[in-house]
Amino acid sequence: MFKTLGKMTAISLLAAVSAGAANAQDVIRFATEAAYPPFNERAADGSIVGWEIDLGQAMCAHMKRECEFVAQDWDGMIPGLLSNRFDGIFASMTITEERKQRIDFTDKYYQSPARFVSKDGVALDRSAADLGGLKVGAIAGVTECYLNKFHPDADIAIYRSSEDMFLDLQSGRLDAILSESVQADFGLIRENPDAGFAFRGEPALDAGCFGAGIGIGVRKEDGDLRASLNDAIAAVRADGTYDALVEKYFGYDIYGE
Amino acid sequence: MESLLESIRVFSSETSPLDFYLVLQNWSLFWKGLQNTLLLLVLSLIAGGLLAVPLAIIRATRVPILNPIAYGFIYFVRGTPLLVQLYVIYYGLSQFEAVRDSAAWVILREPWWCALIAFSIGTAAYTAEIFRGAIEDTPRGEVEATIAAGMSRVLAYRRIILPSAFRRALPAYGNEVIFNLHTTVIASTVTVIDVLGAARTFNNKYYLAYEGFITAALIFIAIVFVITRVFNLMERRMLRHLVRA
Repeated sequence: MFKTLGKMTAISLLAAVSAGAANAQDVIRFATEAAYPPFNERAADGSIVGWEIDLGQAMCAHMKRECEFVAQDWDGMIPGLLSNRFDGIFASMTITEERKQRIDFTDKYYQSPARFVSKDGVALDRSAADLGGLKVGAIAGVTECYLNKFHPDADIAIYRSSEDMFLDLQSGRLDAILSESVQADFGLIRENPDAGFAFRGEPALDAGCFGAGIGIGVRKEDGDLRASLNDAIAAVRADGTYDALVEKYFGYDIYGE
Repeated sequence: MESLLESIRVFSSETSPLDFYLVLQNWSLFWKGLQNTLLLLVLSLIAGGLLAVPLAIIRATRVPILNPIAYGFIYFVRGTPLLVQLYVIYYGLSQFEAVRDSAAWVILREPWWCALIAFSIGTAAYTAEIFRGAIEDTPRGEVEATIAAGMSRVLAYRRIILPSAFRRALPAYGNEVIFNLHTTVIASTVTVIDVLGAARTFNNKYYLAYEGFITAALIFIAIVFVITRVFNLMERRMLRHLVRA
């Protein structure tokens, strides 16, 4: 009896799995972490909201397709995509060569630039190779690369996580930091409104250090979906929808060059 | 010298799968890392050792009041990971404005000093327990001899019990020194450029993980080689009476 029950469970599980497999012709399913505000997060009622969700829906309106966002842990993103549990990774995933070996990416849909942050009254000299002799925090391999390239004489401290770097800027161990701008804005500047932290100077741009930006991950065989998503990104950027959403959530450019 | 460098360059580009020429070009980075690692190791061993001796005596002789305090300290330090202790000292203390405004901030704001403090406390606790065991293992005959010779307790400790205990503790202490060397890599988590920090920086710069980390590993192997040689020599000299003919 237990055997039959086992079989039945197996069959119904199979049915559930195949029903869950996304069909390219109906709803497009995007995976998100729902844990990276303001790009994606859970609202109080449990629904998934954020800039990426609004952008995705605007793109789908262009494509005249129905889209839905599903929550997925970060580690399961690429395996989930490859096993057809959803059709796209719309989750602030950076386009890298390593990932491109297993999945394809659309064109970038954002690339928030790195920017310097310091307290009011700190004299940061962007034209100097040592940045004016300040102690500057950087993220390993990313903004560190930019400082090595453009400010080789700067006194830099290297961090593995933005949170640790923000703590040292707050405690005064660092005079300034070079950080990805949205994280610095939401993790530091808006969290400490009275501390006098602000972006200093123009964004730090360098394709060699900051890579190719953030795209939507799709399966390699879904070339049509990738093409129509690329068209949709171009369309929302052209008709002003993109800029309106950026203005609503951030108030400064996050597309980059 | 020129030809040696040239042959390393040719070997790296044509024979070896690893680019050691690039490592040589960045020797100053690894040199800086080696200096920090050795300084942190030696200074923490000195500070930790100075702290460990009184702690061990307090524990071995069960000095009233002080003994439970010493035991509590050792229990706390051994009961928590060193990484956590370093984070508490480095990120934890800096949260308090009182600390940031105090004179101690001159030292506590520097990641290097925070690492030294954490390592010194850590090795003090472990070393104290090694010494305590050695003191308690003093042969009864030696203790009775000090009494028979009319030595005061202080004199007996200074002349007989401690030197004898240190000799017995030597092999275990050598182990602790090597262990302490390897724990110094934790300094790189608070932005200190030690040997591992140098390897990480190298990796971030060139995306060559093997070259940087193998170089770091070779440096550690070389340091451990020196440490074990030194302790072997010391053991051969000081534990001569225990060597079987």
